[in-house]
Amino acid sequence: MTATDFTPVASLIGGALIGASAVMLMVAKGRIAGVSGIAVRLLPPYADKELAGRLAFILGIIVAPLVVLLATGTAPVPTIEGSTALLALAGLLVGFGSVWGNGCTSGHGVCGLSRLSVRSLVATLTFMATAMANVFLTRHLL
Amino acid sequence: MSILVQFAIGLVFGLGLVIAGMSDPAKVLNFLDLGAIPTGGWDPSLAFVLGGAITVTFFGFKFVLRRAQPIFGGSFHLPTATDIDARIIAGPAIFGIGWGLAGFCPGPAFTALTTGGTPALIFVVAMLLGMGSARWLASRPVRLTPQAT
Repeated sequence: MTATDFTPVASLIGGALIGASAVMLMVAKGRIAGVSGIAVRLLPPYADKELAGRLAFILGIIVAPLVVLLATGTAPVPTIEGSTALLALAGLLVGFGSVWGNGCTSGHGVCGLSRLSVRSLVATLTFMATAMANVFLTRHLL
Repeated sequence: MSILVQFAIGLVFGLGLVIAGMSDPAKVLNFLDLGAIPTGGWDPSLAFVLGGAITVTFFGFKFVLRRAQPIFGGSFHLPTATDIDARIIAGPAIFGIGWGLAGFCPGPAFTALTTGGTPALIFVVAMLLGMGSARWLASRPVRLTPQAT
């Protein structure tokens, strides 16, 4: 594990930007900014003609660190720990679970809670609980 | 025009993730690690990300949903499901286990594609595979879970 600093101000500002993005996607396209929902619709079969817009949204997320690099001269490098097998398993679980449950941290955690959706509250409490339980298990018990 | 705007909106989302520190799985895992509270290793930053995001979205949605329709036309697509079924527990439970394993949820996984090298690519490919599988399984005519009628 890698120690990280508590960054309340930066995290609050970053969070506000995520919220601003969700509000802009709603006013522009009338869509919930749920990354898992948008990402799964990049895969065929296609139910509507919104593929290019969805691809553009995900591309915007992908290039964000490069924009930070251009603007500040340094881009934050993610600390990714774990073997290839573990990362593949984690990816499968995250992908499967988020689509099976109709949303992830953004769709349920941000947009759903903002709409006071009980379903999203149940979803958010559930994924927070299993994620915390898993980290407790792997870091403190195993 | 609509495509360019959606790119810009995605960029704001990604910048938010990077500025918030959420593009780093170590920060996410240290939030999820409640067991580190006694030793001072807990990083509560993610709660501030959610707080900031929900505050803006809560008031922002109220404001923009007064419009008759979105700027680029069509209608507002708001989720209508309200039932608490097996899927709304099982899906997030599985997602959370994966989130706790690597510290990546879908948004940050995409930001890591540019700076995270091969490990990030492996995660994203596996994630897309998982997403496709879930949609395929959900679209099968014979349901594996009880559906609300």
